[in-house]
Amino acid sequence: MAVTTERVERARITPLHAAKDIAVITRRNLLRNIRLPQLLIFATVQPVMFLLLFNYVFGGAIGGAIPPIAQGEYINWLLPGLLIQVAAFGAGQTALGLTEDLSKGVIDRFRSLPMARSAVLAGRTLSDIIRNGFVITLMVVMGFVMGFRYQTSFIGFFAGLLVAMLFAYALSWIMAAIGLAVKNPEAAQSAVFLPVFPLVFASSVFVPTQTMPEWLRAFAEIQPITVTTNALRGLMLGQEALADFGPGINPVQALADAPSVGGQVLMSMVWSIGILLVFIPLSVRIYRRTVG
Amino acid sequence: MANPIVRVENVVKTFPKAKVVALDGVSLEFEAGIVYGLLGPNGAGKTTLIRVLTTLLRADSGYAEVAGVDVAADPTSARTHIGLAGQYAAVDEYLTGRENVEMVGRLYNLSAHEARQRADEVLHGIHLSDAADRAVRTYSGGMRRRLDLAASLVGKPQVLFLDEPTTGIDPQSRIDLWDLIEDLVAGGTTVLLTTQYLDEADQLADRIGVIDNGKLIAQGTGDQLKDQMGGSVIELHVAEEVREDAIESLAGVSTEPAIFDHYRGSVRLPAPDGSQTLMNVVRRLDERGIAVQDVALHKPTLDDVFLKLTGRGAAEAEAESETTAPTKRRGRRGSN
Repeated sequence: MAVTTERVERARITPLHAAKDIAVITRRNLLRNIRLPQLLIFATVQPVMFLLLFNYVFGGAIGGAIPPIAQGEYINWLLPGLLIQVAAFGAGQTALGLTEDLSKGVIDRFRSLPMARSAVLAGRTLSDIIRNGFVITLMVVMGFVMGFRYQTSFIGFFAGLLVAMLFAYALSWIMAAIGLAVKNPEAAQSAVFLPVFPLVFASSVFVPTQTMPEWLRAFAEIQPITVTTNALRGLMLGQEALADFGPGINPVQALADAPSVGGQVLMSMVWSIGILLVFIPLSVRIYRRTVG
Repeated sequence: MANPIVRVENVVKTFPKAKVVALDGVSLEFEAGIVYGLLGPNGAGKTTLIRVLTTLLRADSGYAEVAGVDVAADPTSARTHIGLAGQYAAVDEYLTGRENVEMVGRLYNLSAHEARQRADEVLHGIHLSDAADRAVRTYSGGMRRRLDLAASLVGKPQVLFLDEPTTGIDPQSRIDLWDLIEDLVAGGTTVLLTTQYLDEADQLADRIGVIDNGKLIAQGTGDQLKDQMGGSVIELHVAEEVREDAIESLAGVSTEPAIFDHYRGSVRLPAPDGSQTLMNVVRRLDERGIAVQDVALHKPTLDDVFLKLTGRGAAEAEAESETTAPTKRRGRRGSN
């Protein structure tokens, strides 16, 4: 068999063909998003609820501990962080969607069709980034209604959204690998939230990291959710948003100690691209092994 | 055979983690235009063979060819020639029937227009035109199976693979599905189907291969297999103490000696002359003073064919495979 393998001319799938397959799978996943009530609620009601609850419940209490650039308007501080939190929670959908397709034999069907092998994972993550784009847009609009105003420029604000989208895309691929590894939808449910929860709470999403104990702070300040949140705040609100102006701190010193916006943006990009470089090949490998 | 449409040569597939030899050197071939029925209990290797032929699984060794294409060397070409309907209806609940079929058509590389046309055709052929624009979650189990079949047909496959197409659906849907498969074959499609039921294989298949423990143990038409059993079968129950006596005393009554089926606890033997043989059996036992607890004459089942070929019943074979490989009975890799 090995001898003949060399001589057989394999049928190739052209890039155009692959692009069409990816589009077909993406469209199918998006249709599911619109028609499955729980997915639709997850993508619309839940993020808006987070925004309302955190802003009006915690806003008063936390307000004093945040940089003056956002002061008075906790929403300014909150929105960039919540965008990242919702992207992190939403990424779990990639894992859940894949495990569901695996368990229902849908992926077997796809694999028996003369379609691009890459289309299942590419279509999955592409439809998830489109969904994320929708959720982010919805939250931003809601944020503006609640009083959010960027303090830099529209370009800075928009660049922040792109950084968030890139990060969300990277998280999707982590979740793809987790989903393919655990295979069953029930197990995936907890497997996706387990790593996300501590990362979201031990970050600058809700409170400045400067208020945390030293050991936690060391972790919180290098992990991707913090640096990406900081990158967004810096791009949307300016350098002051990253400084700790807590009681008894010299404002000049605080500003000097704050991480630079450029540095945080760079670190976030390094995280996102690094994650993609590791988890795309890893997911593809697990995918081939799982269904091979 | 001049031009077999499916050719399998000495295919071996093991699942080392589960310590299961799913296919232990299977060879078979058949020509276009027929229905080949692969008959065997759960865990026999039927699904594994389908998965090898439909490029979902790579064989450890051996050679498999569909429509002249080596499935291992050129899976993409092979996929253009095949359609697969698995054990589960792999359809999307939240899409309509039409959307499901059209999507598969697009993935067979049909244009949007062709896919729509083809979807209309196959949905009509499968009697789902009326429900085509409803979401699949409103479909019954039988309708889902039919839709799954429609999706596997949309690419006009040369060979259609049906893995236990009627397992788990109600009797009426089963008969409907049989009719549909017969229509397909009349239209020239070649079908390889797996089943656990002799009557299903008998009804649909032109040729039947009996598979057990990853080996093909018999091949022939339904009639040939049943003729091996000598027409009907007598199944009788006697007290355990007199069982050996009974089996001994029945020597020569039929074309074959009586066999004890451990799993069912009954003694079985072929009845080539039907009720005449039955009367002879009862008379012989009566002469020897052996009391018969229960006796029945019936058409041979998979169990009888199995008992004859392997010395044990199909149910027993299945129980064995369940105890040795609980998670691999269907040859699937951990996904159920």
